[in-house]
Amino acid sequence: MSILINSNSKILVQGITGKSGLFHTQQCRAYGSQIVAGVTPGKGGVHIEGIPVFNTVEEAVHYTGATVSMIFVPPPGAADAILEACDAGLELAVCITEGIPVRDMVLARAIQERSKTLLVGPNCPGVITPGQCKLGIMPGYIHTPGKVGVVSRSGTLTYEAVKQLTDLGLGQSTCVGIGGDPIIGMKYIDVLKRFNDDPETEAVFMIGEIGGGAEEEAAYWIQEHMKKPVAAFIAGVTAPPGKRMGHAGAIITGGKGKAEDKIRTLQECGVVVSTSPTRMGEAMQEAIKK
Amino acid sequence: MNIHEYQAKEILSTYGIPVPRNRVALTADQVERGAKMMGGHCVVKAQIYAGGRGKAGGVKVVHHPEQAAELAKELFGKRLVTPQTGPEGLKVRRILVEEAVEIAREFYLSITLDREQSRYCLIASAEGGVEIEEVARKAPEKIHMLTIDPFTGLRTYQARKIALALGLTGGVCEDCVELILNLYKCCLEKDCSLVEINPLVVTRAGWLLAMDAKISFDDNAVYRHREYPDMVDYSQLDPLEITAGKYDLAYIKLTGNIGCMVNGAGLAMATLDVLKEYGGEPANFLDVGGGATREKVAEAFKIILQDSDVQAVFVNIFGGIMRCDVIAQGIIEAANEVKCLLPIVVRMDGSNVEDGKQLLLESGLNVQIGDNLGDGAQKIVAMLATA
Repeated sequence: MSILINSNSKILVQGITGKSGLFHTQQCRAYGSQIVAGVTPGKGGVHIEGIPVFNTVEEAVHYTGATVSMIFVPPPGAADAILEACDAGLELAVCITEGIPVRDMVLARAIQERSKTLLVGPNCPGVITPGQCKLGIMPGYIHTPGKVGVVSRSGTLTYEAVKQLTDLGLGQSTCVGIGGDPIIGMKYIDVLKRFNDDPETEAVFMIGEIGGGAEEEAAYWIQEHMKKPVAAFIAGVTAPPGKRMGHAGAIITGGKGKAEDKIRTLQECGVVVSTSPTRMGEAMQEAIKK
Repeated sequence: MNIHEYQAKEILSTYGIPVPRNRVALTADQVERGAKMMGGHCVVKAQIYAGGRGKAGGVKVVHHPEQAAELAKELFGKRLVTPQTGPEGLKVRRILVEEAVEIAREFYLSITLDREQSRYCLIASAEGGVEIEEVARKAPEKIHMLTIDPFTGLRTYQARKIALALGLTGGVCEDCVELILNLYKCCLEKDCSLVEINPLVVTRAGWLLAMDAKISFDDNAVYRHREYPDMVDYSQLDPLEITAGKYDLAYIKLTGNIGCMVNGAGLAMATLDVLKEYGGEPANFLDVGGGATREKVAEAFKIILQDSDVQAVFVNIFGGIMRCDVIAQGIIEAANEVKCLLPIVVRMDGSNVEDGKQLLLESGLNVQIGDNLGDGAQKIVAMLATA
């Protein structure tokens, strides 16, 4: 088992004819993911790399039975692409696109919340269930099937963590990059809940960074509900203050956002926190032994 | 993206939000004439991309035009240091001359993004003129917050509740309702990540005025506002940060001597953390983007070396799908072009990693290979110590 995706997931790619859409479609397929359809408005009817392309998500779902979408549509049309995936009733939409205007995402998120479609991202590396299905831009080779669930706001830092886990023989059940934007679909807790309920996930590694209060929220949830060991790393302990994120933002989070505060809260909630990004794998080992 | 107070006020006034009469000046002579226009008694405000100007001497009330001119001479070209600028401060190139107003009451009003709720959020307080963070610490009960439903938008009755909560009554309360609705309209139409009026005042004569204003635009939405790039005041930005921006690289100057190039913001932050752990001091934060290309890597390398504080360079690229030999070529080209003799440590992961390492080691550069993150950080600190 795993969460969100597995070897049976039938994937459609929105924005398949774009440069990165096509490149990563090929990469995902080479990993073994079932890519059944592509969607690019205006290009319906052609085949690309043997994959049928449709004008709309609805059509693609109708003809191929796709249940999951990977979105590479450029920023001006990306929020619309997310809504189209929701409207077609997909189970999951993973939006890789970076740079979607906040105003567009506020509305898209509000509509998506009311739909049955789960959203991962935007501005994320995607989701991978090692050995079964890769739905994103992460390098497949660093992953190995196993029992550690990984959830992260970061991209390449997740690769670093996964590689350390793999090098120590700790395989992964599913790795979810939830994205670095201020407005995202699934948050830490949404992913943690699923790992908690997944019989094949036995431990969780969580990667956070400065800004916002999402890690603290997750820490309190872990303390209350999590049945499995959790280890974490927070990037930005040495990040300089002064590059402030805007005036009023600070008050909403009630002074949260600093790495030290996040680390302290996580530790107080029973999470093993790696003090160095070079020892993320060891922190996971330690949490499992505890 | 930030803009000056005077630009924020221009935008607000196009949304019918009243601002004091003012003039923007580039010279002391203009300041003097501006002051005359206001009748002599006026406020002189240095325009920089940071708050906290008042306490730093950047905002003063003057009583006649000559006094305004003298103050302007002092301010122009000066680097104003406030708690938000960093120790170097920011250079004053523009001064806003504004009519002096008799203030009866001061408020705080802003709209920004509530990340937890994924909604815009209105924040108001009867404690105007002080930083909202300070109010949040000392008297959080004085802050009124309203999460805005994107389907209904901000409704009139909601704006009225806020105005009443601020203690306004009668005509000025209704003026405030209209102002709040206009502020939300401005926030949406102009793609703002923050619109803030602090203080919003009621004058002795009973009129609302936005005495100070701050607007930040959502960087992701700049593409749909053609006028925004021309609004940037480059004198307020670090020259290397400007160059980096042109190549779509995120660069922040720091105080150490190890130049850093990393792909991905999270890994870049983690790299700074590791350097410090091993006793190194990073000279910069630089994210070349998750999928770094050869061109970007080359440009980034050149930007790092333009900083005269840099005495060594640490490159950490977790390429994954990208080919390491291509990245290595980018580094070698850039280093040769600028004749870089500094110690370099490269840590790479991704496809063709062995070819990439080989290329670097045969390049003739003063380069070592880091086998992993910790090893790379240790090596660059050691190379710097013996250099």
